[in-house]
Amino acid sequence: MITMHVLLTELPGLQPDELRGWLAAGHIRAERGPDGPVFTEFDAERIRLILDLREIFEVNEAALPLVLSLLDQMYELRRRLGLTS
Amino acid sequence: MADDPYSVLGVPRDASDAAIKAAYRKLARQNHPDLNPGKPEAEARFKLVSAAHDMLSDPDKKARFGRGEIDAEGQERRPAGNYRRHAETAAGERYSPGMDEGVLDDLFADLFEARGRGGDAWRNPRGGRGGDEAYRLDVGFTAAVLGATERLTLPDGRVLSVKIPPGLVSGQVLRLRGQGSPGRGGAPSGDVLIEVQVAEHGLWRREGRDVLMELPVNLAEAVLGSAVEVPTPGGTLRVTLPRHSDSGRQIRLRGKGVAGDPAGDLIVTLRIVIGTPDAALEAFLRDWQPEHPADPRAGLDAAP
Repeated sequence: MITMHVLLTELPGLQPDELRGWLAAGHIRAERGPDGPVFTEFDAERIRLILDLREIFEVNEAALPLVLSLLDQMYELRRRLGLTS
Repeated sequence: MADDPYSVLGVPRDASDAAIKAAYRKLARQNHPDLNPGKPEAEARFKLVSAAHDMLSDPDKKARFGRGEIDAEGQERRPAGNYRRHAETAAGERYSPGMDEGVLDDLFADLFEARGRGGDAWRNPRGGRGGDEAYRLDVGFTAAVLGATERLTLPDGRVLSVKIPPGLVSGQVLRLRGQGSPGRGGAPSGDVLIEVQVAEHGLWRREGRDVLMELPVNLAEAVLGSAVEVPTPGGTLRVTLPRHSDSGRQIRLRGKGVAGDPAGDLIVTLRIVIGTPDAALEAFLRDWQPEHPADPRAGLDAAP
């Protein structure tokens, strides 16, 4: 499990407040740890993906939920169809 | 030795930071592996592009690379496409959008049932749509040039009215939606597919939207020029031949080819026909001294 502190160290582009916002909005999930939220590798990769969407694709906060929802649906269907690469 | 970061991004060595960033964004957008699952070449490209950008966006590394102190390898970058690797496994359920299970199961049941039935049904996953029926129809040359409505009698006695669009060619398939076999359980009917065969014509032939024909003219009409009647697909036209026409001369009658917008042309090639010469013509030619004698065979070259 990865703590918020480790996450912020590994991802210099990440601000604590925006991560809390994504948690509150349900874009990112976390478990409750002794000193605040803890994350899985999968959660950390999803945060990296959001940072990529923002940095490379210039997706803003308003469009983010739509993009994530479409990606989640795509991966849901790919899992169901057994498509892995 | 990795690829040169400037050529990976396709920018010159003196490119500004802004130009480097723009080039990186463009390539990264096209190749981001989490957004291009199932395209392994995208992941490889993305890694190269990210590494190149990492080197050139760090002033220290950029300067050291420029001085040749480090090579293009740089350091190991975070592997791209990790999100996808999580999302495509069962663990991906963590961010499942919670699609309606029943709807999905129905969809998949239909898909696999359809796949078992074969090609056409696979394209129509609902499965209940009626089958397509295929027929052949002979269309006259003029109908295919001008457009027409033909009647097609089906084996079950139904008569379909088939609109022939101008410009139709042999082998083309016309589709009449919903005229095929009825669907099951309220599903739509299939289509009627009609493969057309356009008849040849003794006088005209088609070349794209143009219609070509040969027009026999006599010696006097060719030399003196005169009005002659030309049969066209749309009816007979009176055309004045230019004076001093010769065999092989082409006259283009605009808009008299295949109908439509733009319409094709009718291209008439003249062929001089002498017919049976009479004594007067023979006598005239015997005494005739051409003002500009010319050898019509000059320029014929038998060499390969």
